[in-house]
Amino acid sequence: MLYFSKLKIISVIIFTIILSYFSISNFTKFDDSIFNRNINLGLDLQGGSYLLLEIDNSPVIEQKLQNKLIQIKKFLKDKNILYKSLNIVDNKTISFEVDNQFIDSTVSLFKDKDSEINPYYEKFKTNQFDLLLSDNKIELSYSKYGLVQLKSSSQNQAIEIVRRRVDEIGTNEPNILKRGSDRIVVELPGLDNPDRIKTLLGKTANLTFRFVTQNEEESFGTEKLSFQDGTDDLIISKRIILSGDNLVDAQPRMDSQANQTVVSFTLDRVGAKKFAKATSSGVGKRLAIILDGKIISAPNIVEPIIGGSGQITGDFTFQSATDLALLLRSGALPAPMKIIEERTVGPDLGQDSINAGILSLIIGFVLVILFMLGKYKIFGLIANITLISNLLLLIGVLTLFEATLTLPGIAGIILTVGMAVDANVLIYERIKEEIKNEKNKILAFDSGYLKSRSTILDANITTLIAAVILFVLGSGPVKGFALTLGVGILTTLFSVYFIARLMTALYVIKNKDKEKLI
Amino acid sequence: MENRNIPFNKFYKLFNILSLSLILVSLLLLIFKGLNYGVDFKGGTLIEIRSLDKTLNISDLRKSFNNLNLGDVTVKRFGNDNDYVVKFEKKQSIEENFIENIKIELKKDIGNIFEFRRVESVGPKVSAELLKSGVIAIALSLGAMLIYIWIRFEWQFSIGAIIALFHDIIITLGFFSLLNFEINLSIVAAVLTIVGYSMNDTVVIFDRVRENLKKFSDIKIYEITNISINETLSRTIITSITTLLALVSIFIFGGAILKGFSFAMILGVIIGTYSSIYIANPILVRLDVSQKTILKEEEK
Repeated sequence: MLYFSKLKIISVIIFTIILSYFSISNFTKFDDSIFNRNINLGLDLQGGSYLLLEIDNSPVIEQKLQNKLIQIKKFLKDKNILYKSLNIVDNKTISFEVDNQFIDSTVSLFKDKDSEINPYYEKFKTNQFDLLLSDNKIELSYSKYGLVQLKSSSQNQAIEIVRRRVDEIGTNEPNILKRGSDRIVVELPGLDNPDRIKTLLGKTANLTFRFVTQNEEESFGTEKLSFQDGTDDLIISKRIILSGDNLVDAQPRMDSQANQTVVSFTLDRVGAKKFAKATSSGVGKRLAIILDGKIISAPNIVEPIIGGSGQITGDFTFQSATDLALLLRSGALPAPMKIIEERTVGPDLGQDSINAGILSLIIGFVLVILFMLGKYKIFGLIANITLISNLLLLIGVLTLFEATLTLPGIAGIILTVGMAVDANVLIYERIKEEIKNEKNKILAFDSGYLKSRSTILDANITTLIAAVILFVLGSGPVKGFALTLGVGILTTLFSVYFIARLMTALYVIKNKDKEKLI
Repeated sequence: MENRNIPFNKFYKLFNILSLSLILVSLLLLIFKGLNYGVDFKGGTLIEIRSLDKTLNISDLRKSFNNLNLGDVTVKRFGNDNDYVVKFEKKQSIEENFIENIKIELKKDIGNIFEFRRVESVGPKVSAELLKSGVIAIALSLGAMLIYIWIRFEWQFSIGAIIALFHDIIITLGFFSLLNFEINLSIVAAVLTIVGYSMNDTVVIFDRVRENLKKFSDIKIYEITNISINETLSRTIITSITTLLALVSIFIFGGAILKGFSFAMILGVIIGTYSSIYIANPILVRLDVSQKTILKEEEK
């Protein structure tokens, strides 16, 4: 165990130097791009905000079922299948009844792999809808993968909108990620007051222009909606004249005539045409501007608006007009979202945590070093040099992979310092025992290394198991702890078996005739 | 220090009785008193604020928060004299600007002397999931340890190590319950690390027991365990000391956020070290492990 080939010695030294270089590069500025990597600081250390958003897909499902219902109606008519009581049950099942003679043909139309009305996903070996037949009643509900498909498409749309909204506000390097099938993580480093972003992300921003109506029997149906401030409500037609989709731009503006803040908007060509037509025919009527089911304002149409642009009045402050314009520019979310988890750390606390973490690392480190020096003298020194190179290796590896360091991650490093000496202690204690029965010091050291090896592996593997599980299942800062602990075990094994053993070998071979070696 | 022979085995019975009663008390505490779950696992909101006015009375702060209709509010000092942690189960959903409202109300009530240092808000669905994944993580790591030592050792050893592990976890949790210690995500990390550490310690002694069983055919397991404990004792002590040095340093200097975590770890390291000696070994004695146990396994 004490023999090292030249090649091995050189590779150990080179490896250690390279990783130490990465490690030190965190604290100094190097100019080259390959080596200038840094450990990322977690939000708990640099300050910032973490938001977890959940998409509520039920309105999307409702909408899709409505569309499907209309398609099925047309489809059955085209195929000359007589049906009755076609409706949506519980907002998740489309149900209808057919005469006995049509059952088989209808079922096969819906269940075939090349069904036009119920698409088949080759990848999942299932149709979009599952079909349930009882007597002559057919029930269609989303299959597992139909639902997955739906959720993933609404998640994709939502993440795009979230990204646009966050970018518009212009925060520093935001990190926006999908989580699961219906969640989105938004990480905003450096942001200590996420209230505005929370307000903006919480809005679906579904904008519609619809006529106010008195007669309740309009062909499209009507609904009663209230104003944003909740003071009044109006009967509104369900016919949508124009929606936010037709907007190409929106800006807050000061209307000098009325001396109030407004949001001016520009429409695309289709929208401009629609808007011109509706406002020409509707002069004298009131046009309600509705955002997420609440009326912003309902001005009278004085004259047709044909230029493809207009403005929204309302009780705006400059801030709320700016926000509305931003929401309209970035587009509507496919479904409402809720913030289900928030973690915000102010930059002061982050800096305090870094300072406290580094202070306790230094103190823990010094205590361990002094203890080892007192206990093992020259071999304590070797263990300590090993510990320092272990620390450099650990930080070097984290830097190389540009890992994220969290406060618990720092705790993991300190804990590694405390536990890393274990391997050297096991070896030294074993050597002490071996020396009692073995006159030849080199042989005693050799067998001390050999006999302690399986124990050291066992002991480290058990901790490594805990770290890996924690890394896989843990979330956020805890993952950071598992990472440093796990990587720490690997660098410990390396430094003990290569660096410490090399130093021990060199020392023992030189001093093999000393009376009391260890 | 060399050649010591402390009769650990004389006290096997005494400490087993002590451990059994501690486990019993812990279980009773866990069943009847339960654990004090923090925001991560119970849901709700935690705010850490710093007052710029050091003479601020905590009861004034408490009064202001109680006027805000946030449900059950607790206000506690946190670390420094002028830092406070406020916790409440918020009824409204998170997106309403409740933090902004709190800031405005506090300004009105006490004055503009507060700095909001940290906000953690966890919805009920997320907290339930975090709790579930925490429990799964601990269960999985226990399972993984079990499999590892099952492969590595004879079944008698596995049983000893696993019982020692359960002993550690139950008593650590019992202490948490007794002290009304707050359980959050980092405590799960601490418990898992304790599991790793305790296992590590047990494995070191067991390795030595196995080695000694092979060496001495005529010594009973009762003596073998004692010899092995003594032979590995200085390693046990040194490693515990260096680990505790690191942990105490985090506890004292690492800031208020890491206090709970490092305290849990300190507790766990002490209990884990104890159980490797006084739980894992007596079980080998009870199961009457002998040289045959090992040789039989090796023939296979």
